[in-house]
Amino acid sequence: MEKLLGEFSFGLFIWQTVIVTALILLLRKFAWKPILNTINEREEGIRSAMESAEEARQEMQHLQADNERILKEARAEREGLLKEARELRQKMIDDAKEEAKAQSEQLLAQAKEAIENEKQVAITSLKNEVADLSLQIAESLTKEHLSSDKKQTELVQKLLKEVDLKA
Amino acid sequence: MKRIFTALFALLLATIAFANPTVKEKETNGSVKDEIKAYIQHHLKDSHDFYLGSYKEDGKKHYVGYVGLPIIIWDNGLNIFSSSKFEHGKAVVQKGTNYYKLYHGKIYKTDAAGTITYDDAHHPTNEKPLDLSITKSVLTMLLTALLMFFLFRSLARSYSKNGNIAMGIGRFFEPIILYVRDDIAIPNIGQKHHGRYMSFLLTVFFFIWFLNLLGLTPLGINVTGNIAVTFGLALITFLLTNLTANKNYWAHIFWMPGVPVLMKIALIPIELLGVIIKPFSLLIRLYANMQAGHIVLMSLIGLMFIFNNWLGTSLSFALAFAISIIELLVALLQAYIFTMLSALYFGFAVEEHHEEAH
Repeated sequence: MEKLLGEFSFGLFIWQTVIVTALILLLRKFAWKPILNTINEREEGIRSAMESAEEARQEMQHLQADNERILKEARAEREGLLKEARELRQKMIDDAKEEAKAQSEQLLAQAKEAIENEKQVAITSLKNEVADLSLQIAESLTKEHLSSDKKQTELVQKLLKEVDLKA
Repeated sequence: MKRIFTALFALLLATIAFANPTVKEKETNGSVKDEIKAYIQHHLKDSHDFYLGSYKEDGKKHYVGYVGLPIIIWDNGLNIFSSSKFEHGKAVVQKGTNYYKLYHGKIYKTDAAGTITYDDAHHPTNEKPLDLSITKSVLTMLLTALLMFFLFRSLARSYSKNGNIAMGIGRFFEPIILYVRDDIAIPNIGQKHHGRYMSFLLTVFFFIWFLNLLGLTPLGINVTGNIAVTFGLALITFLLTNLTANKNYWAHIFWMPGVPVLMKIALIPIELLGVIIKPFSLLIRLYANMQAGHIVLMSLIGLMFIFNNWLGTSLSFALAFAISIIELLVALLQAYIFTMLSALYFGFAVEEHHEEAH
């Protein structure tokens, strides 16, 4: 210990303290602060770059998911539209068929009615004709065969029978 | 690796055991040993002048690459002169009415003849003036400080020039700065407070590391193995710890929470002692490690000259080489430990009050 103290040089100690203190202060101003600031800045830059890259990646994922969803929706919509169209077509065909059927039935009915009418008309006119004819017959009979009552009656009878049968 | 060392040591011991020097060789060996011992002792100390090497010729010592360093003495007035005037302790320097003499690396006030008086333990009793000389260690620290300043300022500047990316030598040092921040400062001090201490931790880390490395060069500069230097460094850690400490830190010293009152009182002196011991361990650890490294390395190099035969010398060389490589690691390790423990003490000082479990 005595040797240690004997070796201790006060001047060297003072110089050492002054030099190191000055060096610390100088380096702090001219080296350590700028260096550490730059390193921090750079690290901050790297961190933020990585963060933004991660964000971009997530956004990308979102976009992709969105795209997929939209595509799916579009596909579903197309399917729906196609289905609807198919149904519409079917419906139209069915409708048309129905209508056509109804129309034809109506036409048929009309035709039947017309036929009936015509028939009625024809019957009426035939009846009139028959009446006329019978009148003419009667007339002619009365004109030509009024001579014989017997014959007359026979004829009338005969005619009437015929008429009745025809009617 | 360990096995190789063991084998080398065994061989070395064998050569010592089987060396059978004649009486004459023993004598020369003795003087070489003394010379090496003195040389190591001299090397470990700070020096007032700088030279690359010295040799003896015709009984006279010659110095190679000698550079006189400025001597600054405060002795009721400032005296500045070159250390070459001392002529390695042989000459007395007169300044005004005062005479100064360099004796075993220290400057003493003497009379005109340079008389040094001793006490019983052969310590000089002459008055010592306040010696603020730029010694070899001070010069080395100044140069290291200058180197660090330009090195790290260039790193700071290269960022703005090159879009926040380090250029040149800074590329090597930037990961080390990051390491100090991420693995020394933040784990020990915490994310919130570490910023305050970063300047000290980084400066001290590189300062100690560079000085340790310089100590391994053949220039023979033993700065961090000097107790005054490590004391100065530890003192700054001590002051920073205690000046920035929060209420919680002082509470743990003077009124330890969660223990009985008697215990609290008993713990006060222990904790107060701990406040001193922590930085004291820092200064002793760095000093002792570097000092020991230098002694071991120089002794092994010295062994080469003591053996003076091909086997012993080459073995000593191999060991010295291996120790040099270990010392390279120790240079970094000691810088790391000093920084790490400083950070740990700062961590104690700013630790937030947490749950009672302690």
